Amino acid sequence: MNQGTYSVLSNINIAKDVYKMILGGDTSQITAPGQFINIKLDGLYLRRPISICDNDENTITIIYKAVGKGTEMMSRFEAYKNLDVLVGLGNGFDISKSGDRPLLIGGGVGVPPMYSLCKALLDKGVKPVVILGFNSLEDVFYEKKFLNLGVDVYVATVDGSYGIKGFVTDVIPLVGEYSYFYTCGPMPMFKALYKTCVTSGQFSFEERMGCGFGACMGCTCKTKNGNKRICKDGPVLEKEEIIW
Amino acid sequence: MVNTTVTLSGITLDNPVIPASGTFGFGYEFADIYDINILGSISCKGTTKAPRFGNPTPRIAECTQGLINSVGLQNPGIDKVISEELPKLAKVYSKPVIANISGFSIDDYAYTCEKIDSEPQVGIIEVNISCPNVHNGGMSFGTDAGTALAVTKAVKAVTTKPVYIKLSPNVTDITEIAKACEQGGADGISLINTLMGMRIDLKTKKPVIANKMGGFSGPAILPVAVRMVYQVYEAVNIPIIGMGGISCAEDVIEMMLAGATAVQVGAANLVDPCACKTIIEDLPAVMQKYNINSLQNIIGGSH
Repeated sequence: MNQGTYSVLSNINIAKDVYKMILGGDTSQITAPGQFINIKLDGLYLRRPISICDNDENTITIIYKAVGKGTEMMSRFEAYKNLDVLVGLGNGFDISKSGDRPLLIGGGVGVPPMYSLCKALLDKGVKPVVILGFNSLEDVFYEKKFLNLGVDVYVATVDGSYGIKGFVTDVIPLVGEYSYFYTCGPMPMFKALYKTCVTSGQFSFEERMGCGFGACMGCTCKTKNGNKRICKDGPVLEKEEIIW
Repeated sequence: MVNTTVTLSGITLDNPVIPASGTFGFGYEFADIYDINILGSISCKGTTKAPRFGNPTPRIAECTQGLINSVGLQNPGIDKVISEELPKLAKVYSKPVIANISGFSIDDYAYTCEKIDSEPQVGIIEVNISCPNVHNGGMSFGTDAGTALAVTKAVKAVTTKPVYIKLSPNVTDITEIAKACEQGGADGISLINTLMGMRIDLKTKKPVIANKMGGFSGPAILPVAVRMVYQVYEAVNIPIIGMGGISCAEDVIEMMLAGATAVQVGAANLVDPCACKTIIEDLPAVMQKYNINSLQNIIGGSH
C-alpha cells in the first residue's frame, strides 16, 4: 500500500452518470488486477474506495458512477487537482487459475476492473471472452476499449436497447466452452452467475468500508475459509469459499 | 528540547500517543506503513473469551466529522490472540502493549484477564465495559456503578498488571462509574468509548447499519470527550487515558490539559493510516508553540 498525493490528469463523462478519471502518481504498489484505491475527499470523513480500471507506471485510470455525495463531488474535479490517495489495496484477481479461455463478466460499474484483468491475461498469452452487462444503451461504456484489445466482447442490456436483450447470464450459453470465470458487479448478478457458471471462478465483492486496509473490521464477511475482510483479504473471493 | 515522555502506572511511554483498540488491529498490519515503535504504546483489538464474528454488515456509516461503527467485537478469541496475534505483534513492536478485553459475564472478564496476565508483552490491561455494539454484555457493565465495581474487583483479583477500565459516555453521570472503578481497585480509567448513534439512508429509508445503531466516533466527539475527562479527573485520583476524536497534536495537548496522562487515537487511523505518526512528529513543534517543555507537567493543567 502507498499513501501519496495523486494529481487529476483528466476526468470525463463516458456514460450516464459514469466518469473516467486518470490520476498521475506512483503505481508501484499495484500488484494485481482487481485491486482498488481509496480517495480522501475534502469535507467527507471516510475515504471512497474505487476499483482500478487500468494503470501504467505513472497513471491510474478509475471509472466511477456519481451516485452519492462523494462520487458527485469527484465528478466535478478538474485537471491538476491533487488528491490524498491510498493505492494498491486488496488482493486482486489471481490470473494463474484462468485456464486458456476464461470469461470476464462485468456488470455496470463492475466492468472497470475487468479491463486491467483482460490486459493481464493477454500479457500471459490467455485470450479471455468478455461479457458486459448494463441496464440500457445510455449506461454502456468500454465495449470499444475491450474490442481494441482484440478479444471477443458480448454486450447485454436489460431493456434490449443495445446488444443482446437480457442479463449476462443469457449470454453465457452463446459463448461456447470456457475454462474459468472472473466477475465484478451487483449482488443479484453474482447469485445468478453462481448458479449458471459450471466452472470455478472468482468474484470481486463490494462492501461499505471504514478504512480500506484491514484495520477496522468494518467489512468482514464469513467464508468457508473463515472470516475475511473484503478490503484486505478480498475484494476477490473464490467461488468455492463464498457463503451466500 | 521538549520532553514528550509520560509515566503511566509506572510504565514510561516515549510519548502519550496510543492507537485505540479496534482501529489498529494487532498493530502488525501498520508495520508495513511505518515503524510502529515510535508509538507510546498500542491498545490491541478487543478480545473475548471465545472467537466472535461480530455483527452483520453494513457495519459502517459515515457522519459529519466522524463515523458510526457496529463491528461488534469481532476477534479470534483469547487463545488465538495469545498464540498467534501477540507473537506477530512482538516481531514488529518491542514496547509494552495494552491488552483490551471484553466479556458477557463477570466470569468472562476474569477468565480473559487471567489468561492475558501471563503475557510478558502486556504492560496494561484495558477492560472494556463500554462496547455499545453487543447485547447482554459490553456496555451494560459500564452503565451501572454496581456492576462496574464488580467487574473491576473480579479482574483485579486475577492479575498483578495495572488495570484500566474503559468507560462508556452513554451514562447520566460518568464520574459515578469512574469512582466505582477506583473503589474496586482500578489502576486507571480509559475514556471515552463511542457515543451511541444512528444514521438513516434517505434512499432506502432504513437504518444504514445492519444492527441499526452503533458507536459514533471521530473529531465530532472531541468536545464530549474533553468534558468527560475533565469531570473524571476531578472525581478520581487514578490516571486517565483520554480518547475521543483526537486527530492532531493540538488535540493531544487539549486532552492532557483536561486531565489525561496518555491519549488514544481511534477513528483518525482509519482515515489516515499515518495519523499517529504525524501526531507524534508534530508534537514537539506544537509544544514549543504553546511554551510546553514537558508533557508530564501539563496533565490536568486546566483545572
